[in-house]
Amino acid sequence: MSTDLTSAMGEFKVHRVRFFDYMPSGIRALAFNRDTERIAVARVDGSVEIFHSSDRCFQEKIIPGREQCGIEGLSWVGDRLFSAGLNGGITEYDLTNQKVKYTTDAYGGPIWAITGNQQGTHLAVGCEDGTVKLFEVIEDTIQFERNLDRQKSRIISLSWHPSGSKIAAGMMDMIQIFNVETGHSIHRMLADRGVGTSRSKECVVWSVVYLTDGTIISGDSVGMVKLWDDQTGTLIKSHNVTKCDVLALSVSQDEDSLVAGTSEGTVVQFQFVSMVLGKDDKEWVRTRTFKNHTHDIRAVAEITTAVVSGGMDAQLVVRPLLDKIEVRSVASALRKIHFPHRRLVTCAKKSGLMLFQYTGHLELWRLGETEGKGVPGSSLTVKRNPEKLLHLKVKGEDHIRCSAVSPCGEWIVYSTASSLRLYRLHCDNNNVSITKISKLPKVLSSANQLCFSSDSSHLFSASTQSVHLVSLSQSGCKFVATLKPKSGSHQAIHLLAVSEDGKWLASANNDHEVHVYNLQTRKAHCTVPVYSSAVTAMGIHPTTNCLFMMHADQQMFEYSIEHKQYTDWSRMVQRKGLHHLWVERDTPCLNVMFNPQNPSHVILHDTYMFCIIDQTLPLPDNKTQFYNQLTLKSLPEEQRKAHSHAFKVCKTFKDILCVEMMSDQSLVVVERPLEDVATQLPAPIKQKKFAT
Amino acid sequence: MAALFEGYTLCGVGPVQNSCNLGILGVEQGRDNDHILVTDSSRSITVYKVSDQKPTASWSVKQGQKISCPAVFNTQSQEYVVVTDDKVVRVWKEDDVNLEKAFKATVSADVLRVLSATDVEPVVLFCCGAVRFLDSLLASPQQPIEVVLAEDEIIRWSSIVKAEHQLVILFSTEKRGEHCLYVQRFNPNTLVKHRFETEPGLSAPISFSATCRGSNIHLLYLYLNGSVYESLLPLRSSSTGAEGVQALSRSLCLSLPLGEEKLMSGAAVVLDEAHVAVVGFPHPSAGACKDYLCIWNTHFQTLQASKEMAGRIYSKLWCYSGKLYVCHGKMLSVIPFECQKSSLAVAMGKLKEPSQSESKSRSFASSWTAQSYGDVTQATEIKSRMSTRNNSNAKSALTVEQLIEHIKTNALEDVQAEVCEFIRRTPQADLQLAAGSVALELVSRSQKDANFYPQCLFLQLLETRYLCYSVCPELLSLAMVKKDFHLCQIAFQIFSDIPEAVTCACLKAILSTPDSEMETVNLDTGSVLFMKELTQAQSRSDEEGGQLNGICPTALENDVSETPVNKLQRDPLSLDMSCPVGLHKGALLNEVLQTAYSDRPLLPHLKDLTVPQVIVFLQYLRFLYFKYSHDAHKQIQDLRTPSISQIIDWVCLLLDAHFTVLAVAPEAKRLVSDLHKFVRSQVKLYAELGKIEGSLQVLKTSKQSEDFGMYGVQVIELF
Repeated sequence: MSTDLTSAMGEFKVHRVRFFDYMPSGIRALAFNRDTERIAVARVDGSVEIFHSSDRCFQEKIIPGREQCGIEGLSWVGDRLFSAGLNGGITEYDLTNQKVKYTTDAYGGPIWAITGNQQGTHLAVGCEDGTVKLFEVIEDTIQFERNLDRQKSRIISLSWHPSGSKIAAGMMDMIQIFNVETGHSIHRMLADRGVGTSRSKECVVWSVVYLTDGTIISGDSVGMVKLWDDQTGTLIKSHNVTKCDVLALSVSQDEDSLVAGTSEGTVVQFQFVSMVLGKDDKEWVRTRTFKNHTHDIRAVAEITTAVVSGGMDAQLVVRPLLDKIEVRSVASALRKIHFPHRRLVTCAKKSGLMLFQYTGHLELWRLGETEGKGVPGSSLTVKRNPEKLLHLKVKGEDHIRCSAVSPCGEWIVYSTASSLRLYRLHCDNNNVSITKISKLPKVLSSANQLCFSSDSSHLFSASTQSVHLVSLSQSGCKFVATLKPKSGSHQAIHLLAVSEDGKWLASANNDHEVHVYNLQTRKAHCTVPVYSSAVTAMGIHPTTNCLFMMHADQQMFEYSIEHKQYTDWSRMVQRKGLHHLWVERDTPCLNVMFNPQNPSHVILHDTYMFCIIDQTLPLPDNKTQFYNQLTLKSLPEEQRKAHSHAFKVCKTFKDILCVEMMSDQSLVVVERPLEDVATQLPAPIKQKKFAT
Repeated sequence: MAALFEGYTLCGVGPVQNSCNLGILGVEQGRDNDHILVTDSSRSITVYKVSDQKPTASWSVKQGQKISCPAVFNTQSQEYVVVTDDKVVRVWKEDDVNLEKAFKATVSADVLRVLSATDVEPVVLFCCGAVRFLDSLLASPQQPIEVVLAEDEIIRWSSIVKAEHQLVILFSTEKRGEHCLYVQRFNPNTLVKHRFETEPGLSAPISFSATCRGSNIHLLYLYLNGSVYESLLPLRSSSTGAEGVQALSRSLCLSLPLGEEKLMSGAAVVLDEAHVAVVGFPHPSAGACKDYLCIWNTHFQTLQASKEMAGRIYSKLWCYSGKLYVCHGKMLSVIPFECQKSSLAVAMGKLKEPSQSESKSRSFASSWTAQSYGDVTQATEIKSRMSTRNNSNAKSALTVEQLIEHIKTNALEDVQAEVCEFIRRTPQADLQLAAGSVALELVSRSQKDANFYPQCLFLQLLETRYLCYSVCPELLSLAMVKKDFHLCQIAFQIFSDIPEAVTCACLKAILSTPDSEMETVNLDTGSVLFMKELTQAQSRSDEEGGQLNGICPTALENDVSETPVNKLQRDPLSLDMSCPVGLHKGALLNEVLQTAYSDRPLLPHLKDLTVPQVIVFLQYLRFLYFKYSHDAHKQIQDLRTPSISQIIDWVCLLLDAHFTVLAVAPEAKRLVSDLHKFVRSQVKLYAELGKIEGSLQVLKTSKQSEDFGMYGVQVIELF
């Protein structure tokens, strides 16, 4: 591969890779914590993710799932997160260390619903055997308290009355109201079955919501949203929302708005409004319908200013409610989150290898080779096709949390919640073999983030708050040191960046702290001033050793490690401000790269573009045309200089999972087209459309 | 919108002496908005608190005495004033119990009425027309009273209008069938006499209502024929009265619908600038019964609210502070009302923000002081300036009115010259208004006078484009009567609002006129050219294709119904492409095809066509349709030509309207089956085209998504 391809200023050879068959997992449950503004999302594969709703919905934490761990419900109790699933256990999560804290069996068969009361004292779970079990939430654990009166059919959905004295339970064909004190049923309300052929099918009450004023709202498999009175146990009103199922309900905090998710992929909003302006006579009225999903919506949550919905099409949609927003801003835009805000691909820069991280296995691929040169815009003939070298299955039931391939391509490492494995790769011509490195140092039991030094001589493994440094050699690996910050939070590290010369290591954690360590002295060097938004990507410049950080709110900072201060360029960016089109992008930057040939270039990418920032060029102001590549292309060369600005955005690629700069100056772009994802999803509910 | 609310009875009305006079002399405003002073024609005066529906005080005169005018309340001195036995003025306070013990003064002439408004001294109006302030009169009761009116002139109605700084007394008189309005202003004292315009058949105004808005008094008066007129009187006098009798200019602001029953009386009172309450006139949709109280909007002539009143309504109506007082049956009822501004009126800017008090019931003002003289002279100046401007206009050119007078009488040539001149000279904006009235007059003269038909004038007026069908509906029918197809054609091109009935009548006239007569008509050349193009293309293609069916287009014109028998065995899809009508008729039919219409109203009129007419028309439509389908590329684009969809719409309409006729009539059989065959082949063609469209669509969409496969290496460049 020749390097003269890059002789022109911004010309790149791009490996466009689409064979990473990443499949996002469907969303099964949502829970919103108003105090911390965190959205917890449970997926079908058992993973739980935490999004920060007021920080551009950045995905802060990922707790990987396990095989055979179907989560059916999520519930916050204070700032503790619980889940329950069909395996019959209640799980509490350790959010600081991003792992499962413990799992307690409820002994009631599969659990369909879990919900905590507003007082934060009890958890109620609805079990297959027809019992509602109450657990007391005590420090560090939960304790079974008692069962409510056992019913004949399974408990599908639960909702506490805000006072904590009553519980509504949705079941097959009926809703029961329990007195928590006595455990007896107060009322039994029968839900009607559908008409016609569906008469014989049971009506499943998929979701219930208990309001302060005693109204119980239910969503069922007949497609109705029904309002009941808990005093009399009678139906007040019913709305036919869909022909299919109403799977999820969520009410806003002040109980004036309700959203219902249906299996047609629509979210229907109801509002508690007065029928006559200015009068107090209020009624629940169906107001809006949002259609952002193609498949079943399994979970909805009404957060402060938006409706969050997720379902089998695996995307998390944050739909702003414009009537609750005072100032229209980037924060109030419609957001669709398809891909994790983490890197699933690592590249061995020097050897042209790519490591794809799936939930339960890793794939190692070698990039193809081409011959000849091409003019910009052309495709090159592929001399050698890309080749899958390795398919590495995970031992055990836990899913992969993080993985890495060394720059030389000789080492592969991955970690699950319970174990860490390091492999050495032998590649002679077409024979590929790996050997597992046994006898790992004890510190390498599990890692939150993994990274190799640029000369592949060391492995960095981030545990909760410290980074372990391990040296690698032919004989095996040896623990060298543990790098610890002088002070700081206990939140887990989610990003690591190492300098090209092997002198510096930077780590970022979920409290937005960035610590820099000197690898020669193996001591903490400095801490970058904490910024309000999460770090989404960072990199250390190979020549200047400046740390370049991208944040979830799209701000960028450049911090000189040697001088322990922001660089002049960074200060200028902050002073002048970024172009509004840059700030309004809705996916975070996931990688920061540098071009060794052009030290003034910083390369960034998000899901929809990659971008070269030329630090020598002027910054665009809000009047400048931001996406100016087409304009520049049409201009003669001598005029381009006058019209160009620091941000050179390439939007040729879409649905990008990874962009990486290889040692030979070529770029690897890993795309995962959403259409391909959609074709692999199960078929949605067949809807009759006109003329089909 | 206005609304009448639920009313309630204030008091019963005493026994009625005769049928047309009721027992109440008058209802006057009491000491505040909630108090009302009712003067009974039997001998008592009662004060009512309206909101309580209760009398609060009552006084009566001794037997043998007679109250001769409604009592009023003098707000300045907080005293009540009434006149008994025509000459005795009595003044008393609220707490006086006995009227006999109150202050009395006998004056030297008969008093008609005492008029009072808030915060001003009451004014005494004598039967002879003289006017005195009450305080000056009581200072020397026996002062001589001058006689203003003629000997047998009787005051029928009187009112007081108070504006900020001006007080005006209005009264109308009758003298041997002549009706006059007197306007008495004070400081300086002027009395202006106006004469009501009289029309034959229109007797005296039966009800008046005066309000003050801005610097004018709006006097509204109602005639028995239902007309409500409005006259504007300046608040401040512009003349000294020396000019003698002035005619009262008026404008009609409302025409009330009349029932079949002969009306004897009625009353109207102004509620605000847009609303009038009327009693005694029938409800437009409730038949002959006239016992309704209605509120009409004078801006839009619409009935806004109505209320049926039980018992006979006497034509007396008062309005004080948002309530109407109506005498009906044996009671006096209070009906609260509300008038909101019509939002349309606001939107159109018709309704100005009221700057001052809106009706006399609400006319309050701080004080009434002497008026400055400057205003008077100013107003006179404006008036004189306006009159000179009118004169200069009249000299320079004929006014519309003059022109219309000339049209009525002058000779054809003169009229033509004058109208031409008028059209040439009148500015566009004025012409827009005048064109219609001139055309109307020309048409009506032409209808009366058989020899009078200024076709070129009509064409000229049409060309101004200021005419439309609604402005001059008779024009088209006149042209039809005169067989002036040229005018018809131009009218069809210009008018966009021809009713479907007229369109059908024209169509019928065109179809029934023989072609031989038609060909002599001078038509718009463009349309004829188009027809020539169509038919020539036909004959050309006949020659080229060697398709000699023995019929040349012109020969077919009149005997279309006789389809040659020898063509029975021909190829079912070969087309009879000869034009069934002459060029000129075709051109006219094209104009009909392009008129705007709605199919529902058109259908019944289309049924009026006779069978031969239907068949000729359908043949022509079929001809056009075939022509268009075959020589679509040959169409002359820039001319006014019927579009294919217009043609097909008309075919559908014609088939709908004459379905049975076409099914039964033997001569139509061949035509219909030909048409059916062709339509069927076309349907097949379009079905195929639909398939092609689908394929092309797929090709287009599939092109867009570039497929790179799973892997590719590209070179990109960033600038």
